[in-house]
Amino acid sequence: MNEAATSKEREASEIEEVDDLASSVEESLAETDHEEIDARPYALQSESERKAVVEALIYVSDEPLSAKSIAEVLKDDQETIEAAVVSLAEEFNRRAGGLQLREVAGGWQFATRPEYHEHVRAFLKSRPSAKLSLASLETLAVIAYKQPITVPEILDIRGVQSPSSIKTLLDKKLIVAKGRKETVGRPMMYGTSKEFLIQFGLKDLSELPSIEDFQDLAGNVV
Amino acid sequence: MDEISEATEPKLANDGGPATINVAGSTPELVPDHTTDDLKIVMGEFEGPLDLLLHLIRQEQVSIYDIPVARITDQYLRYLHLMQELDIAVAGDFLVMAATLIELKTRMLLPRDPFAAAEEEEDPRKDLVDQLLEYQKYKAAAQMLWSRAVVERAVFKRAEIETDKNNPEVVVGVFDLFKVFQEILARHKEEVLLEIEREEISMAEMLETLRNMVMSSGEVNLRTFFERARSRRELVLAFLSVLELVRTTQITLIQQETFGDILARVSS
Repeated sequence: MNEAATSKEREASEIEEVDDLASSVEESLAETDHEEIDARPYALQSESERKAVVEALIYVSDEPLSAKSIAEVLKDDQETIEAAVVSLAEEFNRRAGGLQLREVAGGWQFATRPEYHEHVRAFLKSRPSAKLSLASLETLAVIAYKQPITVPEILDIRGVQSPSSIKTLLDKKLIVAKGRKETVGRPMMYGTSKEFLIQFGLKDLSELPSIEDFQDLAGNVV
Repeated sequence: MDEISEATEPKLANDGGPATINVAGSTPELVPDHTTDDLKIVMGEFEGPLDLLLHLIRQEQVSIYDIPVARITDQYLRYLHLMQELDIAVAGDFLVMAATLIELKTRMLLPRDPFAAAEEEEDPRKDLVDQLLEYQKYKAAAQMLWSRAVVERAVFKRAEIETDKNNPEVVVGVFDLFKVFQEILARHKEEVLLEIEREEISMAEMLETLRNMVMSSGEVNLRTFFERARSRRELVLAFLSVLELVRTTQITLIQQETFGDILARVSS
């Protein structure tokens, strides 16, 4: 009977908590109705509140979110935000949970850890997406390292024509046209896109290992 | 974890299934074909002449910095021959390389100019070796990209939130626009075709038409009847109707002179 009484009390206090929260949300919503959202500064009370807000923003963003964008929205200093994100990432990733907070394509993003991909895939009932052919991968590698580059220049390196590779890469939005080269024929030049960074998990192009690192000593097999 | 260690292996094509084709080259082997009694040759699949050359260099266990041109050229040509015999289409680039190699081979056979200083002479193989080394780097880079992609595919982002769809910004490139235009053109073409089909006459209708024509005017010139056909299909149906009505003895065909017009008349 005493148990029943306390659990009823707990329920009542929970309901009250939600009520209070609802009122405060409604209040702040009501305020924003009357003011220009852009002009309103967000007064962040503390370091931990800043990190919490940054975390929430990164979560709802459907694309990798840069510190710059966050700073703009919060009308905060970019360096402060950057420090906050880095600190947040360290804390978050130290947790060694199923999620990671990582930097990709110039922004920050939450994603599952690769170790658990099988379970996630089973849950999502998703099949692995179509993989790129070796020809397309080679073409992509050449473009990634030598951008902007024209098709004849790619041919010189690969020694073989592959017009379907270019088309495939364009279709998958991994490469984009980057203007024309001012030489005879004004051929189109290509470079990699943001989607490329995302699909290959790169922060930015500098994260690619130097091409000289691939100077394979397997040239000398004997 | 297994998938990630697999990432270091250059097997890109069939994963799981009987791997008869290994990408990035492999030594051709003879394997028994289980369905017939023949021996099959399993050849590597090469991404181009440079890829094949690299494979041959490795197979012959020679140094890329000192390629025995005669030997490598012979091997290379043997491969091309084999591909052609097996009816595998050989891309033009392979033939260009064959020509290059043959030229290189002859150049290596020529005696050196006795009047030129020994150090000045450039190794005629230099260009090819440079190209091979360069290509090799990008081949390895492609491998690296593949590994990264494998890991990335194992990483998932959150599911959609309703506000995602409200994002009106669509990054569209010139090629997207062009593709859309192509699709519209293709669809337009398809639509026109559909209209023609709806007006197509059926066999029964054609029979009826012919029968009525013959009944009402007593005789029908087959040439004029066939000329009414608006498509090849209708022409075929017209011809078949004539045959059918003759077969069921509803009409008879008359030709008054050799190679003259054929008339269809009601059977008496």
